[in-house]
Amino acid sequence: MNFSFTDEQLMLAESARGFLGEHAGSEQVRRAMVSDAGMDLPLWQKLSTEMVWQGILVPEKVGGLGLGMVETALVMEQMGQSLAPLPLAACCQSILALRAVPDSEHCRELLSGLAEGQVVSLAHTAARPHWGAEGVAVTAVREGESWRLNGEARFVPCGHGAETLLVVAATNPGMALFSLPADQAGLLLSKAPTLDQTRPMAAAILTDAVVSADNCLSADWAESLAVVLDLTRILVGADQVGCAQASLDHSIQYVSERVQFGRTIASYQAIKHKAADMMVKVECARSLMCYAACVADEWLAGAASTRELAEAARMLASSAGDAAFFCAGTGIQLHGGVGITEEYDIQLYFKRAQATAGYLGRPHEHRETIASLLLDDGDSHAA
Amino acid sequence: MMATAMQLRFSREDEDFRAEVADWLSANLGGEFACVRHRGGPGDEHMYVEERKAWEQRLAEGGWTCIGWPEAWGGKDASIEQQVIFNEEYARAGGPGRVGHIGETLTGPTLLAFGSEQQKQRYLPGIRAGTDLWCQGYSEPSAGSDLAAVRTRAEFDADSQEWRITGQKVWTSLAHESDYVFVLARTDPEDKGHRGLGFFLLPMAQPGITIRPIKQLTGTAEFNEVFFDGAVCSAEDIVGQPGDGWRVAMGLLGFERGVSTLGQQMLFQTELDEIVRIARENGAARDPVLRQRIAEAHIGLRTLRYNSLRMLSGGDDGSLSREAMIYKLCWSSWHRNLGKLAMDVLGPDAELLDGGPYELNRLQSLFLFTRADTIYGGTNQIQRNIIAERALGMPREPRGEN
Repeated sequence: MNFSFTDEQLMLAESARGFLGEHAGSEQVRRAMVSDAGMDLPLWQKLSTEMVWQGILVPEKVGGLGLGMVETALVMEQMGQSLAPLPLAACCQSILALRAVPDSEHCRELLSGLAEGQVVSLAHTAARPHWGAEGVAVTAVREGESWRLNGEARFVPCGHGAETLLVVAATNPGMALFSLPADQAGLLLSKAPTLDQTRPMAAAILTDAVVSADNCLSADWAESLAVVLDLTRILVGADQVGCAQASLDHSIQYVSERVQFGRTIASYQAIKHKAADMMVKVECARSLMCYAACVADEWLAGAASTRELAEAARMLASSAGDAAFFCAGTGIQLHGGVGITEEYDIQLYFKRAQATAGYLGRPHEHRETIASLLLDDGDSHAA
Repeated sequence: MMATAMQLRFSREDEDFRAEVADWLSANLGGEFACVRHRGGPGDEHMYVEERKAWEQRLAEGGWTCIGWPEAWGGKDASIEQQVIFNEEYARAGGPGRVGHIGETLTGPTLLAFGSEQQKQRYLPGIRAGTDLWCQGYSEPSAGSDLAAVRTRAEFDADSQEWRITGQKVWTSLAHESDYVFVLARTDPEDKGHRGLGFFLLPMAQPGITIRPIKQLTGTAEFNEVFFDGAVCSAEDIVGQPGDGWRVAMGLLGFERGVSTLGQQMLFQTELDEIVRIARENGAARDPVLRQRIAEAHIGLRTLRYNSLRMLSGGDDGSLSREAMIYKLCWSSWHRNLGKLAMDVLGPDAELLDGGPYELNRLQSLFLFTRADTIYGGTNQIQRNIIAERALGMPREPRGEN
């Protein structure tokens, strides 16, 4: 039993902090998020050649680093702290999706492309009204040696900057995963303006898009979709831990400088106790992040069950989602009047917290999933 | 794939150790000791005391007391992992609340770190054998959160060459049953705060000590007031020098490195399991609000576990890590909320007792007694001060003159 990071993992987190601190500070983030692309593509270029975080989850045999979810979570945590609008989470999600399809030359090509920094986004849902399988609103019909796709997907992370789209489609009764080049005929990809401008999203509309059978990566993808969403929830949870930590850090810095009644407001117990509650939530969410990342690595190695993975992901999503929102919301309160100005960054974290806590399920929905594992099965112990 | 160093599982050797502990407990925690299973925990400490004293000696014979102590003093030099496993298995088997725990976890490590050779020789074997029970004399009516405000005095009597202790301690559990008490007392009446204190070891059976039980909201009495009226402590039984008491007392608080936390969580799990079982039986499991709260309780308990694992994986220097600083606030709040959840899951039945005049069932007792959890051992408010000041570096609370 060991719940501490290795020196290599700590170095990775430290270098992520350093790199993002230098290249993705508040000014750079704000400039990129309002740009046409809505993301910092030059920085993505630099990152993918110098830091190679997009290669962490890619197996070594296809040109990746062959590391795991613990390393990914550490980097995602730093991404949440920095708010850098980069397609890293989108690409990690696509890598996880590609690791859940049968081996093929096409799949290997996509993975090596990802390892080199190509942007690939997963289009899986219209989320009307729910995420997951019931939100899938693209259908695929087999026509001889090809497939015809129709429908829509929303919330495609960084989709408007993607070179390739992975599209989940209902094949009735099953579910399949397709790859489509961004310039596919019948595919309309457009950036969707978002409340949180640091996590750009696109909408994809498919109108009689016809692809060859080679583009069907898996024709039996229903269970994999659930698993990939749980793995993604762990990436998002790590982002939320970073968002919560940054909200706390910014708040501590502000209350330590702000003087009222002749002393810093950090010296008031009402402020200290709020800050303490923020730290408790950050650390609790971080503990679940460590656990969930370990379970994810075990799952990827075939050593944990899908139920364990779901439980871990939902526990983290509930805890980290609430922690990020609590810390960012409380952070605005601790900032006082300047907390609601555009100038201070706490508002950016507040929006990120709201956006991530609504993505792939709200905290109470994750808790309902846990409740059903505990209360509706024959088994009263979620392992 | 590179192996991640973070391991969810215990090593093979540790699992062998676990099996050894479990086997011994299942072979011994029956027969004359069947009645103490699951008894004597917080809220129930007054029950089956004689049987639990005998159990302490059975544990000692099996070599299961003081396992974290050095082998030279009869321990096993057990690693943190092994101590965690022992506590987990002990709780899983329904091992009773340990009447010897103050001696094993507080007195022993304190003497090993600060005690004289003579003190070690005199006191450690009795603790290890499970025959000498200890209680602690820290809190006073005017020294709760502000422990350094203790007023109990220690005066050295030059004629008899003994210390004389005078004052009052409070919240002393198992005082009646204990053979010895350690006392934090003022050696220099001129000094205030944490200066001028001493750390004393005294036998309880003496005319200068009077014990009065404190009846709690549960109708039971686990805690006591202890009055000292010139109680005698021999010259050799001050730990460290007069004036060193604060350093020794703070060292003592650092020894509880959290190895018992996973055992505590095992008890919490049995409480939550019972609530889940009742919810499934009485239909509370279909109430959407209660479903949310049950899920929250489950997530909270798992969070405590991973908080502990992070805390225990930290440095061996005993320094308080960030995880250790949040631990008390987290578990106490979680447990208090669980008590209320139990009542809400029970619904109308929460109001009816098992019998008269005031016979509480386990969940009623949990509900009432967990209100103490967020108070003893440092209130939630004090915990938040500690977190804000030590972990977040915010300014310290202003101190009054006295």
